[in-house]
Amino acid sequence: MNTTIMLFLLQDGITNGAIYALLGLALVLVFAVTRVILIPQGEFVTYGALTYASLAAGQMPGTAKLALAMGIAAFVFDLFVARQALHARLIVRAFLANIVLPAIVLAVTLYFAGQKPPVAICIVLSLVIVAMIGLYLYRIAFQPLAHTSVLVLLIASVGVHLALQGLGLLFFGAEGQRGPAVLSTSFAAGALRFTGQSIAVYGITIAFIVGLWLFFGLTLYGKALRATAVNRLGARLAGIRTSLSGLIAFLLASVIGALSGILIVPITTLYYDSGFLIGLKGFVAAIIGGLVSYPLTAVAALFVGIVEAFSSFYASNYKEVIVFMLLIPVLLLRSLAAPAVEEEKD
Amino acid sequence: MQSRLPILIFALVMAAIPHLPGMPPFWIVLLDNIGLTALVAMGLVLLTGVGGLTSFGQAAFVGFGAYTTAVLSTTYGLSPWLTLPLSLVVSGLLAVLLGLVTVRLSGHYLPLGTLAWGLGLFYLFSKLEFLGRNDGISAIPPLSVGSFKMLSPGSIYYAIWVAVILSALLTMNLLDSRTGRAIRALRRGHVAAEAFGVQTPRAKMLVFIHAAVLAGLSGWLYAHLQRAVNPTPFGAQAGIEYLFIAVVGGAGYVWGGVLGAAIVVVLKEVLQSYLPLILPGSGQVETIVFGIMLVALLQLAPGGVWPWLMSLLPERSDGRKPDTSLKLEARTRAQSQSNVLLQVEKARKQFGGVIAVNNVSFDVQAREIVALIGPNGAGKSTTFNLITGVLSATSGSISVLGKKVDNAPPQEIVKLGISRTFQHVKLVPDMTVLENVAIGAHLRGHSGPISSMLRLDRADEAKLLAEAARQIERVGLGEQMHQLAGSLSLGQQRIVEIARALCVDPMLLLLDEPAAGLRHMEKQRLATLLRDLRDGGMSVLLVEHDMGFVMNLADRIVVLDFGTKIAEGTPATIKTNPEVIKAYLGVAA
Repeated sequence: MNTTIMLFLLQDGITNGAIYALLGLALVLVFAVTRVILIPQGEFVTYGALTYASLAAGQMPGTAKLALAMGIAAFVFDLFVARQALHARLIVRAFLANIVLPAIVLAVTLYFAGQKPPVAICIVLSLVIVAMIGLYLYRIAFQPLAHTSVLVLLIASVGVHLALQGLGLLFFGAEGQRGPAVLSTSFAAGALRFTGQSIAVYGITIAFIVGLWLFFGLTLYGKALRATAVNRLGARLAGIRTSLSGLIAFLLASVIGALSGILIVPITTLYYDSGFLIGLKGFVAAIIGGLVSYPLTAVAALFVGIVEAFSSFYASNYKEVIVFMLLIPVLLLRSLAAPAVEEEKD
Repeated sequence: MQSRLPILIFALVMAAIPHLPGMPPFWIVLLDNIGLTALVAMGLVLLTGVGGLTSFGQAAFVGFGAYTTAVLSTTYGLSPWLTLPLSLVVSGLLAVLLGLVTVRLSGHYLPLGTLAWGLGLFYLFSKLEFLGRNDGISAIPPLSVGSFKMLSPGSIYYAIWVAVILSALLTMNLLDSRTGRAIRALRRGHVAAEAFGVQTPRAKMLVFIHAAVLAGLSGWLYAHLQRAVNPTPFGAQAGIEYLFIAVVGGAGYVWGGVLGAAIVVVLKEVLQSYLPLILPGSGQVETIVFGIMLVALLQLAPGGVWPWLMSLLPERSDGRKPDTSLKLEARTRAQSQSNVLLQVEKARKQFGGVIAVNNVSFDVQAREIVALIGPNGAGKSTTFNLITGVLSATSGSISVLGKKVDNAPPQEIVKLGISRTFQHVKLVPDMTVLENVAIGAHLRGHSGPISSMLRLDRADEAKLLAEAARQIERVGLGEQMHQLAGSLSLGQQRIVEIARALCVDPMLLLLDEPAAGLRHMEKQRLATLLRDLRDGGMSVLLVEHDMGFVMNLADRIVVLDFGTKIAEGTPATIKTNPEVIKAYLGVAA
């Protein structure tokens, strides 16, 4: 192996690793705030990517309709919960947030769908659509279960994953898609060629890590989210609306997922079910990061990306085996390092 | 223990089903699948619902079982009956290997860890040459008895359901035993179980292996039903599916696993065959509907279907009182002339910069009630944890009967005859008072998991329960013996903890705030009980805030403040000690 190949593999690994880092961050965020292990994170990736690719190819993505349908369901849930104390302002607010908003987005999508809009519009529309799906998803599937155990939430998460993946097949078909590059410039540094796309990947990853760090460190909402993560009941007593925290976490996770999808769909072909595996690798990183630490997760994600790149070069057959088995020594170290603590959360 | 009658009826019904006239053969196929799935789900019930260890990796163990028999019966031409024990052994051995890494993981690492190796093993199955890569292995011989070959789904049906019913019986026997109580205590954290001698890592390993062997059995049957294996049914998706089958059925109940399997298999089948009629032309609709129904079911019945069904039945009280005439052998006592049971010398515990216990020394003599008092945060409970081995001391030494026991684990301390209660009650709320108390006698029983499964433990078990019943009556809770521990008042739960500690047959009883939450009369009864115990030869070390209670009861009092011992003496001298008054009231009175 010469240096060029090594550098090339390293570059490839870092690009993938950056994506895993984004997903790992989202998983940590959602888990910390809502205790949901977000298996459908992968679906946010594919939905974002394929919505973007469909729009760019001049097709109408089914996800916009799904957002409206889920919005209607969320509206019904809101009304049902508030049935004892319905008043006009509440109804109007729920109606605006759950029905008018996705309806407008659907209309805009329909308007642009036929005419191959510019890349920027495709990106914004895809992000908005997936963000709404994320929001309504929390409202419909997880908020009613917020008081249950991690296990029940996990199983619900699996159910959501199945449903969303099935819908993905319905919307986008079994064929894979690729999207146009977000940035089409490129330049060379020595033997390495940097595409605008990979620069965008790095830039956005770093921006998100810094952004999340600022959000959690400096803003009141960020602090409220952290408080919810530490102690749900305590946070409620302090006047934090924990369901709002859950909504924010899901909003962030779906935006991050969709963005990751938009970033990779110009590099690799994505299928309706590709998200699961990509999300799981973000998972591996999140676990190495202990499901709590953002910087550690980011570093671990880069490591996972690099290991994947090198093992696909040396032992491409065993690429996945190596990536997932990577966890075992890490978990072993973690369990040796962390003394057994009393857990009786139920 | 539960009555066997419903199981017998169930077995008869299952045996009769294939003989019903007009039974569509397709239903038999479905029942075969339900049985195979139920075996795996049953293992998960024990592992996840009862033991609290969530595993996504069970499909991999099904794979081990299936591939073992596939390779051995095709490549090496072994008889399927010979490969049955081998399949189980392979699953069990690999469970030991994976379990060594996995069961030590805490909290959420555990399910994620199992997900990781579940995925890794799936890819391994699909890449290994001798397992036929993605194509798998075909032409596996059918099961046969003599010249009768089980080629049809109808003939292997009996093999599958005999396996299911036998496994259910063995699993239920295991849960209703000394080992089973240890397993059931796992989910509520390990401190309480370890304080009574349960080797929690070993108990976790045991359920892990049990679940893996059941999965391996399912895999072995699967290989001979399909007569071909490929990696697909052993992937992460399948692992996830097994887990939700257990949750849907009711993760804490053996029959919940069977019910969950039935619900999910039938639901999938119905969706697959009828949905295209309602919504034609859409391929993946059943997955969508299935996913949505799953979430809806969890929102309506988060505990699963089985407990919900059971709650519809009239309540049956299983209130047979154990035969208290049976005697349990006393704990083997160490020979010692020493009159000093417990000697704490300059014990020190630091948590980072905080010194919780600062060079504290005191002792407890035979037949003595010593009270450890002090304001909140004085280090009393930490001292208890140092003595019982829950925490290890930073420096100093602790001796029992003149022998140093520094940093011995809790399981060793209890063997020396020191048993304890907890400041925050640590009972298993969904077990009866009797079962909770019987955990205290864990070390005085001998039956292991195998003899429990085969019901060879009944003599041992009857003695354990008799001892538990005796101690419950001794503390005055005979009426509540068959109630669930979680349904008692907090004060009563503290008394249950005392009964559990007495089951150890201790020489020294450590009580952490036993009188908190008790009414006046109950406190008096407790004081009388403790005096009786002392007069019977036992010593008591207690932490308590109720000064009236302590002053009337204790022979000697040790006062801690900010981790340091500030006074020691009889109640009379402590009452007038200026240091003590200052610690409690802030100024010298």
